Amino acid sequence: MSAPNKSYDPVEVEALKPEEIERMRDEALAAFAAADSLDALHEAKVAHTGPASPLALANREIGALPPHAKADAGKRVGMARGAVNKALAARQGELEAERDARVLVEEAVDVTLPYDRVPAGARHPLTTMMERVADVFVAMGYEIAEGPEAEAEWFNFDALNIAPDHPARTMQDTFFVEGGKGEDSGVVLRTHTSPVQIRSLLDREPPVYVVCPGRVYRTDELDATHTPVFHQIELLAVDEGLTMADLKGTLDHMVQSLFGADMKTRLRPNYFPFTEPSAEMDMLCYVCKGASVGDPDRPCRTCSSEGWIELGGCGMVNPRVLAACGVDPEKYSGFAFGFGIERMLMFRHNVEDMRDMVEGDVRFTRPFGMEI
Amino acid sequence: MRVPLSWLREYVDLPATETGRDVQAKLISAGLEVETVEQLGADLKGPLVVGQVLTIEELEGFKKPIRFCTVDVGRANGTGEPQEIVCGARNFSVGDKVVVVLPGATLPGGFSISARKTYGKTSHGMICSAEELGMGDDGTHGIIVLPPEHEVGTDAIELLQLVDEVLDIAVTPDRGYCLSLRGVAREAAIAYGRPLLDPALLDVPAPNAYGHPVKVSDPFGCDRFTARTVTGLDPEARSPIWLQRRLQKAGMRPISLAVDITNYVMLELGQPLHAYDRTRVQGAIGVRRAERGEQLTTLDGVTRTLSTEDLVITDERGPIGLAGVMGGANTEIDDTEGTTTEVVIEAAHFDPVAIARTARRHKLSSEASRRFERGVDPQAASAAAQRTVDLLVLLAGGTADAGVTEVVAPSAPRTITIPADHPDKVAGVSYGRETVVRRLQQIGCDVYGADELIVTVPSWRSDLTDPNDLAEEVIRLEGYENLPSTLPRPLPGHGLTDRQRLHRRVGRALAGAGYVEALNYPFLGPAAFDQLGLDADDPRRTVVTLVNPLSDEEPALRTTLLPGLLGALRRNDGRGGHDLALFETGLVFRPTGREEIPARLPADRKPTPDQLAALDAALPHQPRRVAVVLAGAREQAGWWGKGRPSDWADAVEAARTVAREAGAELIVRADQHAPWHPGRCAALYVRVDGEEVLAGHAGELHPRVVKAMHLPERTCAMEIELDLLEQAGDGIVRAPRISSFPVATQDVALVVDKPVPAAEVEAALREGAGELLEAIRLFDVYENAEQLGDGRKSLAYALRFRAPDRTLTVDEASAARDAAVALAAERTGAALRG
Repeated sequence: MSAPNKSYDPVEVEALKPEEIERMRDEALAAFAAADSLDALHEAKVAHTGPASPLALANREIGALPPHAKADAGKRVGMARGAVNKALAARQGELEAERDARVLVEEAVDVTLPYDRVPAGARHPLTTMMERVADVFVAMGYEIAEGPEAEAEWFNFDALNIAPDHPARTMQDTFFVEGGKGEDSGVVLRTHTSPVQIRSLLDREPPVYVVCPGRVYRTDELDATHTPVFHQIELLAVDEGLTMADLKGTLDHMVQSLFGADMKTRLRPNYFPFTEPSAEMDMLCYVCKGASVGDPDRPCRTCSSEGWIELGGCGMVNPRVLAACGVDPEKYSGFAFGFGIERMLMFRHNVEDMRDMVEGDVRFTRPFGMEI
Repeated sequence: MRVPLSWLREYVDLPATETGRDVQAKLISAGLEVETVEQLGADLKGPLVVGQVLTIEELEGFKKPIRFCTVDVGRANGTGEPQEIVCGARNFSVGDKVVVVLPGATLPGGFSISARKTYGKTSHGMICSAEELGMGDDGTHGIIVLPPEHEVGTDAIELLQLVDEVLDIAVTPDRGYCLSLRGVAREAAIAYGRPLLDPALLDVPAPNAYGHPVKVSDPFGCDRFTARTVTGLDPEARSPIWLQRRLQKAGMRPISLAVDITNYVMLELGQPLHAYDRTRVQGAIGVRRAERGEQLTTLDGVTRTLSTEDLVITDERGPIGLAGVMGGANTEIDDTEGTTTEVVIEAAHFDPVAIARTARRHKLSSEASRRFERGVDPQAASAAAQRTVDLLVLLAGGTADAGVTEVVAPSAPRTITIPADHPDKVAGVSYGRETVVRRLQQIGCDVYGADELIVTVPSWRSDLTDPNDLAEEVIRLEGYENLPSTLPRPLPGHGLTDRQRLHRRVGRALAGAGYVEALNYPFLGPAAFDQLGLDADDPRRTVVTLVNPLSDEEPALRTTLLPGLLGALRRNDGRGGHDLALFETGLVFRPTGREEIPARLPADRKPTPDQLAALDAALPHQPRRVAVVLAGAREQAGWWGKGRPSDWADAVEAARTVAREAGAELIVRADQHAPWHPGRCAALYVRVDGEEVLAGHAGELHPRVVKAMHLPERTCAMEIELDLLEQAGDGIVRAPRISSFPVATQDVALVVDKPVPAAEVEAALREGAGELLEAIRLFDVYENAEQLGDGRKSLAYALRFRAPDRTLTVDEASAARDAAVALAAERTGAALRG
């Protein structure tokens, strides 16, 4: 760079002539505009803004001007460089945006491709159905009680007021466990979850509010509507002053929770040894709500146009059962009900064949997912 | 119990417009399970008339004998000319009265009748069998031959009472009285608020000493025995149509007049009766328990060896009947030869339990035993005997013998005392004393008292024993449908227990990992253990066995979940699903070896703690387990690249998944354990109360097991005891302190002998590295004999170090790494790879 020359006439410096600077600027702008790629722009950038570019060289000449001329020339060159840099940035932005748009287009994928790398698992609908029913009662303050599946006869029968000669105790229904030396072992596979009720009453002081879900056994051959191994949920409430109206209300609450607010139940007198009074409980058909009754044009498959679906048995705990558990029947009363989970699954989810629930075919189970 | 509506109307004046469906609804509401209402003759249309056979021409040359008949049907055919009819039956002769259906009629099942050509003749109608008319099987296997007194041309629809409705009622064990028209009529009368015309209200002569001698030696087993004799019976007499039709509608087959009458009275009054041919009974009739080894041939022709608990009816020679169940062949009324002209009628009352046991012991359930088991009205015995006598006199031309034998054990009616508001308290409804008393009276009780009601229950309601039984009667008659709906308020609950939450969590975690739950039967047999390759003394072979298994091949309860779960795997595989991951949680049954047969405890009071402990001690150990099985691809191949077959590591990982949910640390060691591959089997341990406990196994199955069970190749499995994991669980998670200082990463590759478990190397590194170690991860396993030497492997670990309070220097991190490597070298002989 030349040293300042005080007698130097700026006008005489060729590179700093105004028209010369304008030309340099216009050339740079034209070059940027002409650059059609980031690489081309980079070349133009080096050529027109780099250290060897005409404007950079012109800038360098400013130092050689006399002080009075410096400001004027500096201003001219600075404005030109400013314009050039701005144009460069703008063109850079344009070209980058173009490139980005192109790359994103190139990176596009077919988002409809299926992805079943690890197929989903699922819980069995019988498990989740039991949980769902139990949770209705857990939300009301009930506890879930469990017990053994191989159970002493006393819990499964005697304590439930099922006398030794009751038909339910014969080989017809019950799996008996072999004792040693051909003797009666006094142990059966529980035929209902009611022994858990007995255990609950023996374990706790009233008030007792429990639900007992679980697996039970009867000696039925497997077919479309029977299985020797099935699932039940039973409820037991023992407290002071419980009534059949409370039983009815609890049942209504359950079917409303599971099937909708406009649901209700119906009780019909029946007989069970462990309850007195006893009843059969039906729920309103949740599909036709009873509208199919007597209307052959609108038949209902779910309830066979009966309007009601049979759910299970219920009643007031027989005071003899309370006595067997050491609960004072004069002071406490209770109600109980129970029903089969398989049946509920069948009518709630249109399962047509019981065997589908026991064979473990993943095609049956998968659609039920984690909750029901 | 099948109840023809026309018969029911005889005892209750039901509104004429009431249909069977209406009555059904009323009775259901009162607690009778009326399952169906059968519409008899609903689609039947005449003309159906009485005809008389005029001529019979036997047609030859057909596969079966065919008759061409002319039948006089009076003016029913409009002409009065004989009707020409072709008939395939042969049980009739010229002059017989038969039932003729004429063209234009419709028979049950929508079978339209028209003149048609058949066997070379034109048949203008049909001579009808009972079956064709929907009357049920009458045992003739031919057409109906009517008694001669019926006029030709009479409408047979009316005559044979072909149009009716029949209620079919499933009678619950407590309502034995409803196994009779009388009982059902009583319920119908209450439901309709009409009086009951009780068919048991008959004039009965007082007992005297001239009747057939009866000796009851077991007054507990038989508390009442009435014997009546009828002589001079016309052996030719047949049951009239109305009697046969009522029996048929009620589901019984007419047999002979005397038998039909006893059945009819049983249906009417609920009292089982037996008629003995008097000439075949020798000496006094007795009731006692059978003697050891005694035999009896019952009416069904089976010779039975009796138990000393069986109640028998005897004469001088020995047993002549199984009391309350079935009569003996040796005193049977002769209904084939028709020689019986004198009968002794038995109307007795037997102990329900004795009858139930005998019926079950001999696998012989009869109409009589079904009723005695459920309770028969003891007070109805003499009326039933009288009714039988009356009908024999009326229909068989007999003469009632003046002798009336009645042996009655003294008994008092049962009374129950209840507070008048007891039904109110049970129901949660204010019925009031008046309603309670009225309802109890309706069912036949005598009621006295004001606030305390003294209720005498009727003789036919042996089921009413407790205050709640009476409450039920009131509540059901007031209508279960009228109960209000209220909600009790339980104490605030605690939600699920930790154990219950764990069970749910485990299911969700495994399902989340791609496993599908299967719930398998717990039944298996020795073959399953053989297939699993269990040693003869393997504890899993010690099983709980069932007395009455569904299959003799599978008499035992599972001691492991694997056979059932592998069965489900094979089933899926066989149905074309080859990439499988299944899981199951459930109980296994392990005999404790200390089971004692518990004493039979009473059920009228709470057992003592010792007694309860004895009951529990009789049970096998029933721990809850979880198992998984895998086959095929764990990750599918697809557009993303290659798939990955499931392998032993997935099985072990499933155990880790379960353990993680339980908050238990899983210790994995190599093991050799059936049914797993001896080189690919992990034993799974957890720490319970400071002790390491074996909780399960995982890995690839033994190739022999895979072959024996026809499983897909390289099937893998895991089974672990959930109860142990629960005990090993940590409980509450302690939050880690999170340092925001930078991490220092160091990789090390260690060369060890191949058998050295990676878990040990990692444990040594972890311990040696000390507190600055944040995480350690094995990122490569490398085996190359040339580079590493024979029988050696290289394990490459990434170690991440971080301090809670400062940025670590390179020297600090290196020092920690060197300490880690040093301890690994000392413990496992590991050498830093050069």
